[in-house]
Amino acid sequence: MKFSDEFEARFAEMVPHYPTKRSALVPTLLYAQDEVGFLSDEVIAEIASRLDLTELEVRNVISYYSMLTTKPRGKFNVQVCTNISCMVRGGEDILHHCAKKLGIGHKQTTPDGLFTLEEVECIGACSWAPAAQVNYDFHENLTTEKMDRILDEYKKKATQ
Amino acid sequence: MCNLVIGKLKIKTGVPVFNYSITKLANFPIPMADLVSHPDEVRVVSRRFGQGAANLDRYLELDGYKAVQKALAMEPDSIINEVKNSGLRGRGGAGFSTGMKWSFVPKQSAKPKYVLCNGDESEPGTCKDRLIFEHDPHSVIEGVMIGALAVGAKSGYIYIRGEYRYLLEIMQKAIRDAYAKGFIGKNIFGSGRDLDIYWHGGAGAYEVGEESALMESLEGKRGIPRIRPPFPAVVGLWGGPTVINNAETLANVPHIILGGADWFAKLGTPKNGGTRLFCLSGNIAKPGVYELPMGYNLKRMLYEVGGGIPNGRKLKAVVPGGASCPCLTAEEVDVAMDFDSVAKAGSMLGSGGVVVVDDAQCIVKFALRTMKFYQHESCGWCIPCREGTDWIKKTLMRFHAGGGMKKDIDNIQYLAENMLGRTFCPLGDAAAMPTIAFVKKFRKEFEEHLDGRPCPYEKAGAEELVHA
Repeated sequence: MKFSDEFEARFAEMVPHYPTKRSALVPTLLYAQDEVGFLSDEVIAEIASRLDLTELEVRNVISYYSMLTTKPRGKFNVQVCTNISCMVRGGEDILHHCAKKLGIGHKQTTPDGLFTLEEVECIGACSWAPAAQVNYDFHENLTTEKMDRILDEYKKKATQ
Repeated sequence: MCNLVIGKLKIKTGVPVFNYSITKLANFPIPMADLVSHPDEVRVVSRRFGQGAANLDRYLELDGYKAVQKALAMEPDSIINEVKNSGLRGRGGAGFSTGMKWSFVPKQSAKPKYVLCNGDESEPGTCKDRLIFEHDPHSVIEGVMIGALAVGAKSGYIYIRGEYRYLLEIMQKAIRDAYAKGFIGKNIFGSGRDLDIYWHGGAGAYEVGEESALMESLEGKRGIPRIRPPFPAVVGLWGGPTVINNAETLANVPHIILGGADWFAKLGTPKNGGTRLFCLSGNIAKPGVYELPMGYNLKRMLYEVGGGIPNGRKLKAVVPGGASCPCLTAEEVDVAMDFDSVAKAGSMLGSGGVVVVDDAQCIVKFALRTMKFYQHESCGWCIPCREGTDWIKKTLMRFHAGGGMKKDIDNIQYLAENMLGRTFCPLGDAAAMPTIAFVKKFRKEFEEHLDGRPCPYEKAGAEELVHA
């Protein structure tokens, strides 16, 4: 299993920060997922062996954290917040709009593999609601028109 | 102009070292889309927002790393006393005295001691730590350092939630820059003391914001709370004594060391020192994060600072401190926003997330969305929380969809009351408290949903939640 040099540098930097190896597990999993797209059996086996854990121990941790996934996602993970601050400002309309436009529901991926849609809990953008994250990018003060433009831009980015 | 003598060090500076009489800065020199301002603001934690202080040189120009040098020349006990006397209380939500918390750490310990900054900000309605990490990351590092000096720790960790990737990168750079200057690492500021600061990223979990679950997460495990006692101050990270503070709490500490406990205490109300970053969100004309003195009147905050309720609507309720706090009705908002006054009004100051709800919103739906959140985030470790949140959520879903029975209303309250105080960690309470308040204060709205009637607030043609 080969990761990028950037991943390796970060991993090498991270492990000595802690008195126990497994402490590096959660951030390591997220960085690995960013590269591979999801936590495949191969990734899990590799990280388990690096941190002296069993694969089961690693899976046990993965299943707890909402950002970690063992299933492939689209290139762009569209995460729409519908928690209270977003809800009262139309967060659900944004979610429904995305669902309609992309033709997919919660945690589903478009057939072209570009977009996954997810209804998420508070992403810490309450004062700029309604808000969504596409991968790690925040998009705030959304309207359905603005969301349209954002999704179109990502689509354009993927085809360029 | 002044020469500051700190311990063995003499620092010559070109600017007046510290003039905290000027706490009200003018507008931000760099226009930032996410920043707002109001004349009533008192800038302490946010004084470097929009000033480019994520850059270390700029931070140094703005009194950066002076507090930690001053702290190096102080006895650990006098640091703790200064923080105690300042009236600083935990900004994460519990409002416990920070100095007191630090004083619980044993002086002698066979195991290493740690300071852990809680930057897992995920309480719905709260978006303040995000601005601190973005605009003033070094103030958090400095706060962790001073905390470490006070309790005798040699390592500090700054935990940032996974969704805040860009902030983790800002923090990584800030830590790297501080190492490069020798501010952290070996022999800091020539004091002969070693102090390491590390970053750590989460991967999505509200529960991890709870202190013992945070430690589990940092140790590479599922974020399940630990039973207490022993408290983290005695047995914490990897078994060592650990101080855990919210990012905003720690960002206040350098200002207290430089400005003095008296100055800080006087900014607020008795036993509630300083200011707070209030995150105004929801149905309010000018949402944003405002730094206002402790004890600032909520009504004034809503109508003067926040510009009132837009679209000709009326105020229905306010959640004063993040989703876990019982709501206040429109009649109850004339309250001073400090820990004790809000507690007296039957709610909590919490994490400073002020969520405003207008009269076009359905409280049953609001209660449902709140409970859906807690059900999703419950770690499932203890039964009252795991079963209670799920049961109440399901009841509220059926209720809101028109299948409610009269006995459900009392049952929801009964279930919530039986979760209170019976869970390993405060998540169960956080789910129960707002629910009880919704039922008690808006019973009439619940009753309006009975007998198969459609929700009176639902827009025509509105769809149900995409997933339950």
